Amino acid sequence: MSRSAAATEAYLAAHQALASMLPAAGTPWLDHRRSSARDQFRELGFPTLRDEQWKYTNVRSIIRQAFTLPPAESGWMDKGQVDAAAVPGMDTYRLVFADGILVPQLSRCDDLPKGVTVTGLADMLRTDPGRLEGELGELLGEPTHGFNAMNSAFVCDGAFVEIGPGVVVDRPIELLFISATGGEGRLALPRNLVLLRAGSQATLHERYVSASPARCLTSAVSEVLIEDDAKLHLERLQEESERSFHIGGLFAEVGRNACFTTNAVTLGGALVRNDLVVNLNEEGAEARLNGLYVVGGRQHVDNHTQVFHNSPRTTSHERYKGILNGHARAVFRGHIRVQPDAQQTDAVQNNHNLLLSPDAEVDTMPQLEIYADDVKCAHGASVGQLDKDAIFYLRSRGVAEAEARHMLTRGFMADVLDELEPLPLRQYLQHRIDRLMSAAREAT
Amino acid sequence: MLTIHNLKVRVDGKTILNGLDLEVRPGEVHAIMGPNGSGKSTLANVIAGRDGYEVTSGTITYQGRDLLGLAPEERARQGVFLAFQYPVEIPGVANVYLLKEALNAVRTSRGESELDAMDFLKRVREKLQLLEMKEEFLYRSVNEGFSGGEKKRNEIFQMAILEPKLAILDETDSGLDIDALKVVANGINALRSPDRGIVLVTHYQRLLDYVVPDHVHVLAGGQVVRSGNRSLAVELEERGYGWIENHAADAVRAEAG
Ligand SMILES: Nc1ncnc2c1ncn2[C@@H]1O[C@H](COP(=O)(O)OP(=O)(O)OP(=O)(O)O)[C@@H](O)[C@H]1O
Ligand SMILES: [Mg+2]
Repeated sequence: MSRSAAATEAYLAAHQALASMLPAAGTPWLDHRRSSARDQFRELGFPTLRDEQWKYTNVRSIIRQAFTLPPAESGWMDKGQVDAAAVPGMDTYRLVFADGILVPQLSRCDDLPKGVTVTGLADMLRTDPGRLEGELGELLGEPTHGFNAMNSAFVCDGAFVEIGPGVVVDRPIELLFISATGGEGRLALPRNLVLLRAGSQATLHERYVSASPARCLTSAVSEVLIEDDAKLHLERLQEESERSFHIGGLFAEVGRNACFTTNAVTLGGALVRNDLVVNLNEEGAEARLNGLYVVGGRQHVDNHTQVFHNSPRTTSHERYKGILNGHARAVFRGHIRVQPDAQQTDAVQNNHNLLLSPDAEVDTMPQLEIYADDVKCAHGASVGQLDKDAIFYLRSRGVAEAEARHMLTRGFMADVLDELEPLPLRQYLQHRIDRLMSAAREAT
Repeated sequence: MLTIHNLKVRVDGKTILNGLDLEVRPGEVHAIMGPNGSGKSTLANVIAGRDGYEVTSGTITYQGRDLLGLAPEERARQGVFLAFQYPVEIPGVANVYLLKEALNAVRTSRGESELDAMDFLKRVREKLQLLEMKEEFLYRSVNEGFSGGEKKRNEIFQMAILEPKLAILDETDSGLDIDALKVVANGINALRSPDRGIVLVTHYQRLLDYVVPDHVHVLAGGQVVRSGNRSLAVELEERGYGWIENHAADAVRAEAG
């Protein structure tokens, strides 16, 4: 048996043992969904380099080890960690998860506006499964790789967020996923369902941090529905420890004249893979998709994005930027598909990378697939170093060389960072990145 | 304040400056003219400390110190300023941010305190006015998307803020419309003072009508082949470089023979 198959078998056995104890087990539609996901998982297994979509990302290091789900009641309740992770000067509604399981005592959602639900998915499954039946798994569809299938097979906990029609949420909703709360080898399988009903507006922060340097695996799936005229700003921040593994999938559907903005920031993790799939289903749907990865050491980050323009007059503007130190490696594959009747599509995709070390490496693959004729599409990719002329220009103004490099590096990512909402989050990240960069400088 | 003696510079193995001499005293304005490719920018860049130029012989002394041993930022902090022939675009770095960093670096090295936000802004506004620039330029990325003329004006704006002791302006007048030329000339004249030296690299007599030089030099064949006063610039405008180059060639031949 191959290593991949053996690993799959181990998780399947765990599934068998746990199935009856998963939240709301015994609910027929849910049982059915879990078991068919399990079958898909068995069939797909974990991806290998032979898989075109995983050609540059080897998950061997992940499947070498068997990660295990935390106990249903882990009892972890470290308020200090939550406070440490908080963004200064930013007030949020917040759900806290320890290795994927909601910790109600640390969560803070009591004064939500009317028409807004922010709660744990497991709670929702237990108390009102009917409300989820038509939605859960709908946007993910058939899982395309084993990690997503595994998440669906177990579906245990995560966030359920629903913003009622026309409701504008006054503060960001923060989903704080803390991994490695219980030593080595924990598995976290957050499953989030976010529903923005027609005309509603919200900002959501999906954050991943580590409680300890213990090696853990997070395999998260978020499904996001943005109905007509709704606006969602979704920030995804990956700041887990440098030993952690993270596979994250985001599957979004955008309705008529609705707008979806998402910024995926990857700072932490030994191996990180982000999948983003956006369907622009109705006229006037708009997506602004940004990414920023600042990695060093032996970190590996892989961003896969797919945007489907399924209707006329849809817009997608995508911009991913990467800064690589040390022996870091980044992969970007951006796929835009303009369907035959999606006339007057406006699609732009860019991926720019800054290599600050000769040992860092990037593979970037923008890809446009256009089946309509009246469209405006453009894409670009680059991998480069700091501009020598710019360094000299700054130095000739009295700026020290190290500071000049720092200014240019900051400048390189400024346009992506400026997209983040709200301002305190931007400042927090800038500060975090400054610290990462100076640590990387000291390491060389 | 600046003494260049027998300067020889190679770029990519090719000799560009070949025994150049130049002396700039405090309070003086020098104009350097010369055909395309004669090495004017090379000279400016070597003074500012740009990489890629191999000084094979000669010296540059600035305020009694060996300039060639200093890093570019160190030269800037000692009061050397280069207005670039081709100012560099720097995406994501706001003009005002660079100004603040630059000014603070210069002040700190002089042992002065950093300007507080109010004083800084006051100074910046004053110089914006001097150069007739809109305040929005402060918040745009350095030179990004600026027109050719705006870039040149921005160089002089930076110079006005930093108040260098020795300013080398490399073709700052090229690409300026007539009104902009007057504004920029104003900016340069405002900096003129008995303790400052200014070197203008230019192709045109026009700038020199507004900023009247004390000395005019012609650079050709890697050397200053002729020096004179203002009238030399007028003569060049009328006769071109041909006659001087011929003289220079004769001189070289005479020296060889
Ligand atoms: N980095 C370089 N690599 C190769 N050649 C160079 C380089 N920099 C300058 N040169 C050469 O050196 C010579 C002098 O160039 P320089 O830019 O100093 O001329 P210039 O007098 O400023 O000309 P212009 O009036 O056109 O600005 C030119 O022949 C130029 O091609
Ligand atoms: Mg030149």
